[in-house]
Amino acid sequence: MENNNNIPIDDLTEEFVVNIGPQHPSTHGVLRLQATLDGETIKDLLPVLGYIHRGIEKMTESLGYKQSIYLTSRMDYLSAHINNQACSLAIEKGMQIEVPERAKAIRIIMAELQRLTSHELWWGSCAMDLGAVTPFFLAFRDRERILDIFEGNTGNRLTMNYITPGGVMFDVLPNFASSIKELLVKVKEHLKEYEELITGNVIFQHRLKGVGILPRELAISMGCTGPVARASGISCDVRKYHPYDGYDKLDFKEIVIDGCDSWARYKVRMEEMKQSIHIIEQLIHNIPEGEFRAKVKGVIKLPVGEYYQRVETARGELGVYIVSDGGNKPYRMKFRAASFSNLGALKPITVGAKIGDLMASMATIDLVIPDIDR
Amino acid sequence: MKSLFQYLKEVFLGFYSLWTGLKLTLYYFTHPRKEIITEQYPENRTTTINIPERFAGEVILPHDENNKHKCTACTLCEMACPNGSIKIISVQEESEDGKKKRVLDKWIYNLGMCTFCGQCIDACPQDAIIMKNSFELSVYNRNDLVKTLNKPGSKLKEKE
Ligand code: SF4
Ligand code: SF4
Repeated sequence: MENNNNIPIDDLTEEFVVNIGPQHPSTHGVLRLQATLDGETIKDLLPVLGYIHRGIEKMTESLGYKQSIYLTSRMDYLSAHINNQACSLAIEKGMQIEVPERAKAIRIIMAELQRLTSHELWWGSCAMDLGAVTPFFLAFRDRERILDIFEGNTGNRLTMNYITPGGVMFDVLPNFASSIKELLVKVKEHLKEYEELITGNVIFQHRLKGVGILPRELAISMGCTGPVARASGISCDVRKYHPYDGYDKLDFKEIVIDGCDSWARYKVRMEEMKQSIHIIEQLIHNIPEGEFRAKVKGVIKLPVGEYYQRVETARGELGVYIVSDGGNKPYRMKFRAASFSNLGALKPITVGAKIGDLMASMATIDLVIPDIDR
Repeated sequence: MKSLFQYLKEVFLGFYSLWTGLKLTLYYFTHPRKEIITEQYPENRTTTINIPERFAGEVILPHDENNKHKCTACTLCEMACPNGSIKIISVQEESEDGKKKRVLDKWIYNLGMCTFCGQCIDACPQDAIIMKNSFELSVYNRNDLVKTLNKPGSKLKEKE
């Protein structure tokens, strides 16, 4: 190219738009990020959604209440139990039924196991995004064991539809407690391996420390919840502030770290896994006897009114808002999904950074795309 | 001088932590029999494969040895199904003493539309249907996915 030296080099370069996704190995699903790059620096970032929009909220309006629950497993598929729980709790609020103690205990155990699987998968994929493949297989090894328990007790591995209004679908198997005890021993052992393999790795730390800084104020204004917000020093655990299903009777710590960067988000999730194990350990030895399901009519009708229930999924706060007109179908059902709000934080924390750091930021925000689109 | 020292320290630490990680990998490399969770599917489909009893597979309508089932054609399962994959066709039948009764003619199950949610099983008051733990459900022809579950000539099992 002809170049006379009078033109400054800045005028010869131009910004370049790169589409990351929708089929990109590190977006974990069909999210398209339209990144405007200046060299390697990100100038602008535009998440394009809608590739996996299924209209779940609209579909619930033509299905009954019970039938809507199975759809919620398909939003944040890594927190399927917790989504089912949220929806069931909202419906129970409307029907004003009391859930048996046994069902509550089973629900919490399942929800915490689910959180464990979700964080384990995140750990593996986070490391994989940053270039390490081995952790992915190690994480799947443990996750597989938990999924086997789900499969044996609930009949499904991913989209369980196990927690229903009034309790849970079936009672757990007789060997439930013993199999979980066995599992937790293994998981604890393996958590140490995780720390050894990745947490202690200086190269990995360098990729995360000081990268993707999400200040406290920004996290609040973007509506971030869950581990993302707690890594920015915001105490927002729904299990602590609005306890449901007997979380108030349990002893566990809310992990809040004031680091604001990707490393803090990593640490929060690693610690949360230990807390989940701690919660399960408290319950597993004394699951109350009795009913596992309260009597609920075949066709559920809620009294006219509005019902809201929030729960803590693995990614943050899930809110279920039901408007009922007294019929057997919801007039409107709205889900406040955690991933959608957390995605909002992606642009402000990555603009100005290098494109390599985008992957680190995205990996530690831990997005689940069907949860964003619904 | 100090920065050089710092730099060298980091290089050393980097190698050290790499080694710690590799040691773990090496451990698993030299202990290949430890903690295998890989299923040798499909080679193990007749031997070691373990599908739990509760696994939510295909919906079936069990018949006893006299070719009798328990379905009363109440259509509750049809109403409970979120995907419309069940169709109950019933006919009016007159018994000897002149009473009219609704009996099952065809229990049509569209496997292609089923999401294995288990709502139909939950809704059935007679426990007439169950979910089998079969999972190899693919067929060559799409029409084969629509099945009639009640066998020809089958009757309702009377309650004792
Ligand atoms: S399992 Fe669910 S989708 Fe399948 S037939 Fe039963 S109710 Fe319908
Ligand atoms: S299978 Fe059960 S719910 Fe369905 S029509 Fe027969 S008796 Fe009724």
